[in-house]
Amino acid sequence: MTLVTEFKESVIIAWAALRANKLRAGLTTLGIVIGIVSVTLMGTAITGLNAAFKKSLAGISADTLFVQRFSWMTGETEWRLSRNRKEITLQNARDVERLATLSAAVSVESQGNGNVSFGRKQARGVWVEGNDENSLMVRGLAVTQGRWLLAGDVQSGRPVCVLGSYLAERFFPYGDAIGSKVKLNDMNLEVVGVMEKQGTFFTGFNLDNQIVIPITRFTRDFTRWPDLTIQVKVRDLAQIEDAKEEIRGIMRKLRRVPPDMQDDFAINQQDALVNFFNAVGGTIAMVGLFISGLSLFVGGIGIMNIMFVSVAERTKEIGIRKAIGAKRRTILVQFLVEAATITLGAGMLGLLIAWPLTLVVDKFLAASMPWWLVAVALLVSVMTGVVSGFLPAWRAARMDPVDALRAD
Amino acid sequence: MPLIQIYDLTRRYVMGTETVHALRGVSLTIERGEYIAIMGPSGSGKSTLMNLLGCLDSPSSGYYELNGTNVAHMDDNALAEVRNREIGFVFQSFNLLPRSDSLHNVELPLIYAGIPADERREQAIQALTNVGLGERMHHKPNELSGGQRQRVAVARALVNNPSIVLADEPTGNLDSRTGEEILGLFETLSRRGNTIIVVTHEEDVAQHARRIIRIRDGLIAADEVNPNPRAAKRMEALAGV
Repeated sequence: MTLVTEFKESVIIAWAALRANKLRAGLTTLGIVIGIVSVTLMGTAITGLNAAFKKSLAGISADTLFVQRFSWMTGETEWRLSRNRKEITLQNARDVERLATLSAAVSVESQGNGNVSFGRKQARGVWVEGNDENSLMVRGLAVTQGRWLLAGDVQSGRPVCVLGSYLAERFFPYGDAIGSKVKLNDMNLEVVGVMEKQGTFFTGFNLDNQIVIPITRFTRDFTRWPDLTIQVKVRDLAQIEDAKEEIRGIMRKLRRVPPDMQDDFAINQQDALVNFFNAVGGTIAMVGLFISGLSLFVGGIGIMNIMFVSVAERTKEIGIRKAIGAKRRTILVQFLVEAATITLGAGMLGLLIAWPLTLVVDKFLAASMPWWLVAVALLVSVMTGVVSGFLPAWRAARMDPVDALRAD
Repeated sequence: MPLIQIYDLTRRYVMGTETVHALRGVSLTIERGEYIAIMGPSGSGKSTLMNLLGCLDSPSSGYYELNGTNVAHMDDNALAEVRNREIGFVFQSFNLLPRSDSLHNVELPLIYAGIPADERREQAIQALTNVGLGERMHHKPNELSGGQRQRVAVARALVNNPSIVLADEPTGNLDSRTGEEILGLFETLSRRGNTIIVVTHEEDVAQHARRIIRIRDGLIAADEVNPNPRAAKRMEALAGV
């Protein structure tokens, strides 16, 4: 008998056997259903997290180096060692721009929080950016109305600003932002431009609730101790490591770091974030899948149990089948198919339950159920059935026909 | 060449610390087309002999040639194939699959033989019609009478055209009238050239056979030709056989 007919016959037998024990099959599947639901939800959460992270990373270009006082990925010890580092200065930024040869553009920026008002309208906790004329290009932004900061604005620290689209819409619903005067804390600023909509960051942070002012004004009037970042957009992504070395050399010279001392600054890049996320995300995924996999394992044990019962109950049937010519493999396949049918059904049911739950989870955390996850879940269900059904099926297959026929 | 040749066949069972000698050396030759009854009281070893003849079990020692093949030391899977091809079983308790209808029960040996679906359906329908159950193809065993169930079992035993029909107390669970019916069926099959071996402890049943082998204490006590086998009443329903 070929494997295909064996398989077809087994499916028919499996259905008949399950129909004969509907309640039992239903209860048995429960464990697998719960297992599949939890594994699938974990999977959707992980893929959702990944997708959200990737999307957020788009805001940090891969071809940009961030020269800052601190590394993005410092441990506690490094933090203690590095907290007394000298600040990055505007002069540092200008010198880097002048000396760097592998860069397409260099900008300097700093961030803070402030309250913005227009007449009686107020916005609290607005993200304040001190930028220069190159920031538009380096940060990969676009302006929809008016203009970006000019070199002159930055040099003389003019009281001008560019608004994020959210702020602009809130204050100027009729699109008459340009030329209006807004207040940032106590500063009076003239709106010269409005930025294109950017959306939200990873954590739900609204990128459009933003106001950009010249960095010179930022360091003078907004905060006395700005933490400056020099952003360097490299000319060629392939040369990013060379560019990094070059800037490292320039910065060490500018800040007069002795040759035997470590850098008193850090050069950050997207890579580091990606690596960090991959490490952390990988661990979370492993732990999460392991824990939710446990419930699947428990479900699998249930299947094994019920298959042992099924084999014991049908000893006579096995004897009959063997007497009229069923080989070991035939019996083995029959019971494996039966176990896999139970778990596949449970898997489908689990997916049906997990689907609306995914939509609920999506409200709090980006989650999605891609087709491959569905395929994997079904595959895992079938595998669970085959693995947990193997021992009982093996016992059935090895039965002695004489003994089996004697059973009631 | 005889259909079955066995020589000095023994079968021992180890039960705890004791060894039970169920068969102590049986030699036997059976020709094609014979109608044989194997008789003996319970514990005589006749069931063991039947299991060996039916390739359900392997002997502890001895030689067994079935249809030209030595089957004494074959493994499980090879024996399954031999059973499927050479032997049709009829059991005392019918041994039909309870959840399957008559047709599927009769189809089963053909499924295991790997016969394509439409061909095996045709053969199974033919076999059921031959035992007078053409109208009962889609009945499950619990919807059939005892006699009808045994006829389904006979149809299943015959559907593969086996060399031997091996019946173990085929009338044991039937009243005498339906028992007659089944024995009549065997007679017809025998007349058509089928080899039939009936294992029984009932003298009445054995008297239908043309040769009677008596087993006692694991040995053949007598092996004689039955000079006038009793004829069973022929049933209307089996006219087509």
